[in-house]
Amino acid sequence: MQSDILKTATRLMVGLMLVFAVYLLLRGHHEPGGGFIAALVAGTAFALFAVTEGPARVRRAIRLRPSTLAASGLALAAGAGLPALFLDRPYLTGLWWKSGDFSLGTPLIFDVGVFLAVLGSILAVLLALEEN
Amino acid sequence: MIKNRSNIAKVPDCCRAGLISSLLPLLLFALLCLAWPGVIQGRAIQVEMPWIPSLDLSLRFRLDGLSLLFCLIITLAGFFVSLYASSYMAGKQHLGRFFVYLHGFMLAMLGIVTADNLILLFVFWEATTILSYLLIGFDHEDATVRDNARQAILITGAGGLFLLLGILLLKTAGGSMILSQWPGFGDSIREHALYPAIFVCVLVGAMTKSAQIPFHFWLPNAMSAPTPISAFLHAATMVKAGIYLLMRFHPLLGGTHLWMGTLVVVGGITALWGAVQALAPCDLKRILAYTTLMALGIMTLFLGGRSAPSLTAATTFLMVHALYKASLFLAVGSMDHQTGTRDLRHLGGLLPAMPLTALAVAAAALSMAGFPLFFGFIGKEIMYAGALSEDLFPAFSTLAALFSNALMTAVSAVIFITPFLGRRPADMGPVREAPWTMRLGPAVMGGLGIIFGIVPEWVSANLIEPAVFAFHPSREEIRLSLFHGLNLPLLLSMVTLALGTVIYRFREALRAFVKNILARLRVTTPGIYQVILDGFIQMASGFAQRFQNGSLHRYLAVIVLAVVMVTGWPWVAHIPSAFIVPDPRGLIMPTGICLFILAAAGLVVTARRRLVAIGGLGAVGAGVALIFLMFGAPDIALTQLLVETLTVVIVSLVLFRLPPMEGGRKRKGLRKWMDAGLSVSVGVLVTTWLMGILQKPLDRSLTAFFEINSYVAAHGRNIVNVILVDFRSLDTLGEICVVVLAAWAGVALMRSAREG
Repeated sequence: MQSDILKTATRLMVGLMLVFAVYLLLRGHHEPGGGFIAALVAGTAFALFAVTEGPARVRRAIRLRPSTLAASGLALAAGAGLPALFLDRPYLTGLWWKSGDFSLGTPLIFDVGVFLAVLGSILAVLLALEEN
Repeated sequence: MIKNRSNIAKVPDCCRAGLISSLLPLLLFALLCLAWPGVIQGRAIQVEMPWIPSLDLSLRFRLDGLSLLFCLIITLAGFFVSLYASSYMAGKQHLGRFFVYLHGFMLAMLGIVTADNLILLFVFWEATTILSYLLIGFDHEDATVRDNARQAILITGAGGLFLLLGILLLKTAGGSMILSQWPGFGDSIREHALYPAIFVCVLVGAMTKSAQIPFHFWLPNAMSAPTPISAFLHAATMVKAGIYLLMRFHPLLGGTHLWMGTLVVVGGITALWGAVQALAPCDLKRILAYTTLMALGIMTLFLGGRSAPSLTAATTFLMVHALYKASLFLAVGSMDHQTGTRDLRHLGGLLPAMPLTALAVAAAALSMAGFPLFFGFIGKEIMYAGALSEDLFPAFSTLAALFSNALMTAVSAVIFITPFLGRRPADMGPVREAPWTMRLGPAVMGGLGIIFGIVPEWVSANLIEPAVFAFHPSREEIRLSLFHGLNLPLLLSMVTLALGTVIYRFREALRAFVKNILARLRVTTPGIYQVILDGFIQMASGFAQRFQNGSLHRYLAVIVLAVVMVTGWPWVAHIPSAFIVPDPRGLIMPTGICLFILAAAGLVVTARRRLVAIGGLGAVGAGVALIFLMFGAPDIALTQLLVETLTVVIVSLVLFRLPPMEGGRKRKGLRKWMDAGLSVSVGVLVTTWLMGILQKPLDRSLTAFFEINSYVAAHGRNIVNVILVDFRSLDTLGEICVVVLAAWAGVALMRSAREG
């Protein structure tokens, strides 16, 4: 699309939106956000990027194929349930590591999986549409 | 039929996969031999492991006399066939796959005959259906082969469904799922109101598998399988599965007039029709296929009886037939392999070139013809004794057996004399004897036909009787022997041989006659099968065209209409008499947003240009998001807003490729009003639902649970996210699988649209 305003704005926006997506992803457990929402934000960012710069540049930027991204997301989410099995707990039971007020757990890995799966799916459809 | 065999020298003599894997059946055979003495003394071997106890399903296996007989046949034939195939298939493609299918099939067969749980038996039954499909269709690049394989799986598969239905009905009628409990189960099933239905379902299952008229036609067509497969499946094992089923069901369902009448008539007709048709073809394998129909018919006929001689006849003939037919199939395959044809018109004078194969064929054919000193003779004697002892239709049984046996005598003469004796056709090149791997099977199985014919008492005591006792608990001893004295069965045997000679003498005239009849038949079961198959395909394509015609408008209309009809009906019947309508004055902001949404929706409906319509849709979404936000659901509002944004982006991408909107030419009046009616009714429905729900106090126990446990148990304060990634994470996993799959499907669709 030949619009200088859009192009310039996009360059500024895309980076910010992607950072915001990561922020949403990480804070999701306590505040509004999470993997799905973060993926939507990131997807919109890439959509903007694709509209102004063309799908080929998006493909170069993400390096991985969207389907690989989606599949690795699924694998990550499914894999996040496995550690619980080793501790003889039901599949996908959340396991936590706590240090004072700070805690990390397998649900975060799961949420990253959701993020990648949804983002990969959006990108796959979006880029295919653009290239058609 | 004549294939080019000029490159035969380059092909290796045998492949290692076959040789090594043939050790499996050999090992199993050896193990069975170890178990043999115990089993015939009545100590059945039994193992049981629980599988799904709530469904009465356990991995319960039992080796009794009948199972042992079948297992011995299956493993012996399995060994020789595998050995044979190692040479026959040498140089072909996908050999690993072939032997996996072959041995997988063998194990499934062993499963059928040793399963002591009816549902377990059914599982193996289906496994043989699928594996036989893969084996028949092994040369899958040939369209005819594929059609034939499909025919076999459709018919036997449909029969399998009937069997399943029969099993379920049996369960409903209070029948035990444990096969070994059936002898001594009494008459409770036979006297049950469901008995006829159970009987018909089980019978259809057995008839399709064992190729009884009118389901017989798949068997001759299945001859497009590689010959070792025909020998294994269509002579020794799979087609006997139906017979096995009838034997097992005999103590539970057998002995009624319905059972006797149906089996005797179906079996008799199958035997006669198979034997008559065996005269017509020139392809040796097809001839053998029709004689197999005859044999299966005879077994069914004798299982119709309830006397000990009748059941012994069925069991004995099962052995007789397995031995001679497997041996003949393999020998015919050798001829085909060495000369390049199995067409009788192109074969002759092979005796000097293939003496050992000739010897095996001679032994098998003499057994098939029922000459004295051969096992087939013993089988025929007991057959006549059995037919004469039947309670129902003894004359029909005897005559059916007599004529089909006579025809078999003639056919067996054709099978031996035409290819091996007589003049060698001029167009036949030099022929070598088949390799030892291909000679061993026919020779041993043909030879057993002689040995068993000489020592029938041993066979009787060690194989037949224990088998019969397993499904005929009256334990009446029927000993086979070479000479019973001058009696009616012996006379009938002599008549059979004489009649067979006469038929052989006039075979050309008979062949023309049979071909004439076949040509004149208007309504045939293969024809009916074709009509049904075509009808199904037509129906499916009509269905797809009507409901999946690519019009998104129609898809949505159908879905919405279904929702309105399915949920609207009960809702109208139970709708509360009065609704509490909230006072809009206290909700000024939400009311304003609702009006905004309504206006946006109006814009969508009336817009003349797509971009305007999409903008309107976005506004609707944004309004809904605002409402979510206002009532304390920021996550949902955020998601809603983002989805709307992304939708607008994606739709505007699509937009450039669409033809101009129908805008100019307005939608036709009636259709427009129908759409409007549908939209309004779904809107009214959902609104009244929500108002109906609000009539009652809201159940907040789930919300309370998550509010309490979210931070304590899952270390998160955002309940929505905690539910998504922790409490209900398995659901989320399923959902993202759906998302990814949908995306992949969409990409594939766009790719095919671009390429197509």
